[in-house]
Amino acid sequence: MGKGVTMKPCKKRRLKRREISLYIMLLIPMLYFVVFHYAPMYGIQVAFKKYNVFQGIADSPWVGFQYFKEAFGAVEFWRAVKNTLLLNLGELLINFPFPIVLAILLNEMCHKRIKNLTQIILYLPHFLSMVIIAGIVYQVFGTAGIVNNIVTSLGFDKVNFLGDSAKWRPLYWGAGIWMGAGYGMIVYLAAMAGINTELYDAAYIDGAGRWKRIWHVTLPQIRPTIVTMTIMNVGKILSIGFERPYLLSNVLVQDVSSVISTYVYSVGLQAGRYDYATAVGLFQSVVALCMVVTANQVAKKCGEEGIM
Amino acid sequence: MSSVYDKKRSLFQIIMILVCIIAMAAVLFPILNIVATSLSGKNAIAKGQVGIFPREFTLEAYEMVFTNSNIVRSLFFSIALTAGYAFLATFFTILAAYPLSKPDLRGRHVFLVIITVTMYVSAGTIPSYLLVKNLHLMNTVWALVLPGMISPFNLIILRTFFAGINRALYEAAYMDGCGEWGCLFRITIPLSLPSIFTIMLFYAVSRWNGVTDVLYYINKSELYTLQYQLKMMLDSLQIPYRPEEIETMLITPENVKCSTIVFAMVPMLIVYPFVQKYFTRGMTIGGVKE
Repeated sequence: MGKGVTMKPCKKRRLKRREISLYIMLLIPMLYFVVFHYAPMYGIQVAFKKYNVFQGIADSPWVGFQYFKEAFGAVEFWRAVKNTLLLNLGELLINFPFPIVLAILLNEMCHKRIKNLTQIILYLPHFLSMVIIAGIVYQVFGTAGIVNNIVTSLGFDKVNFLGDSAKWRPLYWGAGIWMGAGYGMIVYLAAMAGINTELYDAAYIDGAGRWKRIWHVTLPQIRPTIVTMTIMNVGKILSIGFERPYLLSNVLVQDVSSVISTYVYSVGLQAGRYDYATAVGLFQSVVALCMVVTANQVAKKCGEEGIM
Repeated sequence: MSSVYDKKRSLFQIIMILVCIIAMAAVLFPILNIVATSLSGKNAIAKGQVGIFPREFTLEAYEMVFTNSNIVRSLFFSIALTAGYAFLATFFTILAAYPLSKPDLRGRHVFLVIITVTMYVSAGTIPSYLLVKNLHLMNTVWALVLPGMISPFNLIILRTFFAGINRALYEAAYMDGCGEWGCLFRITIPLSLPSIFTIMLFYAVSRWNGVTDVLYYINKSELYTLQYQLKMMLDSLQIPYRPEEIETMLITPENVKCSTIVFAMVPMLIVYPFVQKYFTRGMTIGGVKE
């Protein structure tokens, strides 16, 4: 549609009234972003203050970097940092390949119905809440759970999966695979659906077998998705969600399950040390933001599309 | 799509079917085990006889769940909260997405930057908590609705979709004297119902499954969601194994824990076939870039 020259005379007056209604529509949403996303940033100063509930955010006395120094000297803080890094690193190395392998295999499948059924079933855990998943993990791996029943029926002693620090991390990663592999697989399958079939035809005519087609067509075609996701995961290595570590942990495995987000929760909201917990949270978000920006830069350097 | 080069009965395809079956079993087995345990008698559970089929079939665990007024009430509260939140959140997301999809809106870029920044930068747990507290939203239903009212991610998806609507339609409507509100309700919304619906489902699923904000902001049993109620129940029963506690472990009603998990899972399982279709579609809308 060309821009109508005939509309010009009335356009100017109309545009103004139209613009006003557009700004009215934007009013509440923008107010939301200012109040719930930007106003809390005012509260970040608590990290540098000795926060007193009665004096409020503005009037509490400044203490400078005291809480940061305290955090850097605290064993619990470094434990939380170490656990965050380890859990994320494991997630990256162990969980990351699963969806890709599943998607590549499923892409080679010619039984449509089984393919669809597999997709639907593997995608299901993505929609279950973390509480339900944690409940299932505790039931299945508990002392009276089915895994221990199988172990004992094979003649071994009961294994304490849940209360043993050495076994908690694999449990965390395993739950991650169970709940996330299907979702990741669907993402990669969507990327593969966009591959031009002529590429496969050409490869086939040139005599490429199945593995050669996977290696020389499928993988290069989904490489941008893989590279972007890997780099972003590396960038997010210091950020960790709250629900999974919190709900999967228990008092016996705190030494491996305490991560930054749960540490902030327990120090800040449970023990009421808002100022100290804000400092820890601020440290984490600043480092995490720097890493994401760097990762994005690296992604663009590698010739891939970043996320920003 | 290299499947066309394969014969359906080749060795590779048979191995593939096996892989699929193993993967599906790995997902379904724990769920079926929970369902079976919830329907089994205590003795059979204690003896470890329950696999994926119930033993000593009984509904007593479900009786305990359905007679637990806290759990039943939290189910209704969760449904109402999820529906109300999804509706409000979608409405405000549309209100923001529509003006931002207009290429001639002055200041559009500034608004977009303000919104996108919030995807990467957040004030953190404690400042957000202090804000909710200072606004006196603690222990009110608004603490579960307002802080997550608009997801920038959903907003951008919807804006991209709105921007794809043919501008000739709007030009025609303006000529006929239709204002922006009229265009929104008569052109944009009717033409984008599937995407709007997808966004609404995104919101509903996240609200239904989320427990973090209930944990942070709510300390009042009338406002506990179903998922949170389940968490509290599992917490009080979840005693990890220590040799000296083995006696108490046997007394804890395993089937009641399982029936509560199933109870909290069923609403999602009912809507799942429908939801997954829209979610898969949502992924392709999100993939459209300008």
